[in-house]
Amino acid sequence: MRILITLVSGFLFGVGLILSGMSNPLKVSNFLDVFGNWDPSLAFVMGGAIIVTMPGFWLIQRRKSPFFHDFFHLPTQTEFDMPLVAGASIFGIGWGLAGFCPGPALTSLPFANTGTLIFVLAMLSGMMSAKFVTQRMCQT
Amino acid sequence: METEFWPLTSLLGGALIGLSAIVLMVTHGRIAGISGIVSRILPPSVDKGGFTQGAVFLAGLLLAGPVWYMVAGSAPVQDVSNNFVLLTIAGILVGFGSVLGNGCTSGHGVCGISRKSTRSIGATLIFMATALVTVFILRHVLGA
Repeated sequence: MRILITLVSGFLFGVGLILSGMSNPLKVSNFLDVFGNWDPSLAFVMGGAIIVTMPGFWLIQRRKSPFFHDFFHLPTQTEFDMPLVAGASIFGIGWGLAGFCPGPALTSLPFANTGTLIFVLAMLSGMMSAKFVTQRMCQT
Repeated sequence: METEFWPLTSLLGGALIGLSAIVLMVTHGRIAGISGIVSRILPPSVDKGGFTQGAVFLAGLLLAGPVWYMVAGSAPVQDVSNNFVLLTIAGILVGFGSVLGNGCTSGHGVCGISRKSTRSIGATLIFMATALVTVFILRHVLGA
């Protein structure tokens, strides 16, 4: 049952991305091209998600714990630090270059486009290098 | 090249993403941030506690495309670049940046903003800004 609900949760996320057109990197790039072929879709996708998630999270946080676990895994950091600023900046440059971010890229993987496959492999290697680097930073 | 703007399907698709985030939070107490979920199950340090849940969530995400294909009869429109060098650089930057900055469009942009997290609101403004500048340079300065 737990596995099924988790599977459905991931499935809904993917269907949402495809339905909203966000699995097409050109739509994302056009959202970012305010001075060209601007396509406002992405703002509506984020808006649609937040309208649901914000009251949902507010209700959930009144619970002591989630259904399948002892506690909520919420970020504890509140400080606006260098890794956040640098990471978000770097992420944005890559996002702008390809029009892909992790969710849409992975959702697009089964459509077996060579470009998507290359992007995902590069993304996974980037993630592993960042994990390696941040662990080294924490040790010193 | 222009793309068609469908506000209603965008809103509805967004609402499904929001629903997914709610389900994951109320069942596992986890943020539905794709970069976080993926990086948790990757080496060098695999998170044993979150591995199964993360892997199953990603399996569901990967199932969406094939099921969509079976139901709709065709794959959704995708215009992916043929510039493999550009895609490689972009992929590395997206992967590295999202893990270093603790989140991507879903983790910061949807879940973080919904939690009214200052870090996430800041991160979203920053990556939107650098992405806008990147696309501007790419399309209007370099003419790609």
